[in-house]
Amino acid sequence: MARRTFNIQAQPGFSFIALFTFFALYLPIAALVVYAFNDSESLSTWGGFSTRWFVSASNNSVVQDAAGRSVLIAIWAAVLATLAATMAALATTRSPNYRGLTFKYAMINQPLMVPEIVTAVALLIVFSRIKVWTGYSGLGYLILAHTAFCIPFAYLPIRARLESMDLTLERAAADLYATPWRTFRRVTLPLLRPGIIAGFMLAFVISLDDVVITEFVKSGGQDTLPTYMLGQLRRETTPEINAIATVFLVVSVVIVVILFLLNRRKQ
Amino acid sequence: MDKVRQAAVAARIRDIRNRWLLSAPALIIIFVAAVGPLFVMLLYSFMEKGNYGDVKFGEFSLDGWFAVFFQRDLFDDTLGLADAHIAIIWRSIKLSLSTTVLTLILGFPTAYFIAMRPPKNREIWVFLVTIPFWTNLLIRTFAMQQIIRNEGLLNNVLIWLGVIDSPLQIMYTDTANLLGMTYVYLPLMVLPLYASIERLDFRLVEAGYDLYASRLQVLRRIIIPIVKPGLIAGSILVFIPSLGAYVTPRVLGGGKNMMLGNLIEMQFGGGRNWPLGAAISITLMALVMIALLFYVRNASRNGGNYHG
Repeated sequence: MARRTFNIQAQPGFSFIALFTFFALYLPIAALVVYAFNDSESLSTWGGFSTRWFVSASNNSVVQDAAGRSVLIAIWAAVLATLAATMAALATTRSPNYRGLTFKYAMINQPLMVPEIVTAVALLIVFSRIKVWTGYSGLGYLILAHTAFCIPFAYLPIRARLESMDLTLERAAADLYATPWRTFRRVTLPLLRPGIIAGFMLAFVISLDDVVITEFVKSGGQDTLPTYMLGQLRRETTPEINAIATVFLVVSVVIVVILFLLNRRKQ
Repeated sequence: MDKVRQAAVAARIRDIRNRWLLSAPALIIIFVAAVGPLFVMLLYSFMEKGNYGDVKFGEFSLDGWFAVFFQRDLFDDTLGLADAHIAIIWRSIKLSLSTTVLTLILGFPTAYFIAMRPPKNREIWVFLVTIPFWTNLLIRTFAMQQIIRNEGLLNNVLIWLGVIDSPLQIMYTDTANLLGMTYVYLPLMVLPLYASIERLDFRLVEAGYDLYASRLQVLRRIIIPIVKPGLIAGSILVFIPSLGAYVTPRVLGGGKNMMLGNLIEMQFGGGRNWPLGAAISITLMALVMIALLFYVRNASRNGGNYHG
C-alpha cells in the first residue's frame, strides 16, 4: 500500500523552499506598495491609509519632467530598436549560413554580454568628448545609447517568430506574381506582427527600466524617473518614493501581462 | 546549364548584399553606442590621466593599468600591492559566488516545484517568477531595503517575536549586498533550471528507485547530472551580472562595501582617474569573459547528451 502511494517526483523540503521563495519574491514588493499608502512622513511608522503621496508625487514638477523624459526616450528607443531589429532579423534568418552571419549574431547580442557599468563608462568617455566637440548635449545621446541596448531584446522575439514562420505562403504570393515588396507588405509583415509587437514592448520596458547607462550618459537636468529615484535613495526617503515606485511597478506589470496574454493566445 | 548556375550564384550574391544592407542599421547603432566605445576605453586606459578627469590626449602611460594592482607608498616611494583594489575585486568575486550558491539553493527547489505542477498550471507559476524579473531592478533593490533596514519589516518581526532586542544592522554590510543580489537575480536562476527540469524523463528516476536508490541518491546521481546544462546556464546568468553589479551595492552596501562597479564609478567621479577606471572596467570585462568561456566549454561538452 505504502509502495503504491510512493511519489517518485517528490523531494523532501522542496515544496517548502519553493513556497518560501515565492513568498520572499513578493513580500518586499508588497511592503513597498503598502507603504506607498502610508499617511506618515517617515517610512518607519504607519500613520494610517492615505493616497496623499500619490497626489504629491503627481504634483511634483521634477517627477513630472523625469517621467515625461523617461517615456519620451523609451518610445524613441523602442521604435528605433524595433525597426533596426526587424531588419536585422530578416537579414539573419531563413538563409543558408553565409560569411559574416556569426559576426552579426555576436554584434547584435554584444550589449547582453558586457556588464552595464562598463558600457556606461565607455559611453561617458566617448559622449563627453563629442559633447565638447559639437556643443550638442540634448536627449539624442540617451536615445542612441538606449536604442543600442534595446536592439537585442527587440531582436529575440522577432527572430523567433520569423524562424517558426511558414515559407509556403510567401512562395505562393511570389507564384501569383506579387512583387517582393508586395509579398513582404501583404504576407510577411502581417505574419510577423506578433513578434514585432512583443519586441517593441520588451524594448520599451528595458529602456524605461534602465538606470546605469542613463546615469552616466545624461547631461545635467536630464534625469529620467529611475535616475531621479536613485538620487533620492541617498537621503532619508518619504513614502513619495514608494508611490512613484508603485506606479512604475504597475506600468511594467501591465505591459508584461499583456505580453503574456499575447503569447498565450498564439499558442 | 552553366548560365542557370551563374544566375543562381548572382542571385545568391545579391541576396547576401541585401542582407548586409538590411542589418546595417542595427550593426551601426551597436557599433557607435556599444562596441566602439569599448575600444576607445581600451585606448584611454593607456593614457596619462588629466588633472580634472578625462585624459591627456596622446600622452601614453601605463599608470592606469599599474594602479589597478599596485601602489607607490606616499612616504618612501616603495612599491606595494593596491590592497584596497584587490580587496574590492576579491569581494566582488566572493559575493558573486555566494549569490550564485544562494540563488541555486533557493532556485533549484523552486524550479523543480514548478516543473512538478500539472502542465496547465506551470505557465502561471513561471509567470509569477517572470513578473519580478521584468520590474525595475532599482525598485526591487529599494523594496529589499524596506525589508532589511533597521526599522524594516524583518527587524520589526524579529523584535516582536522576541528573537532579538535591538535591530540587526544589515544595511550597509556585505550581507545586505548578498541578500539584495540574491533577490534581484533569483529569476535568472529559476528560469533556465525550470527549462531543463521540465524535460526530465521520470522513467530514469523510477528506474533509480526500482534499484533501491534513496531520494538523495536519486537527486544526486540522476536528476542533477541530467539537468546540469540548465544548472550551469542559471549559474552563469546570475554570476555575470553579480560581478558587474552597480545599483544594488550602491543602494544597499553603502560606501564601505563597494564592488567593482562602484570602484569604476568612483574613478570617473570623485577619483578623477579615468585611465584607472578604464583599466578596471577592462579587468571586469576580462573576468566576465573567463566566466563565459567556462560556460561555452561546459555547454559544448554537455550539449544534447541526455535529450534525444
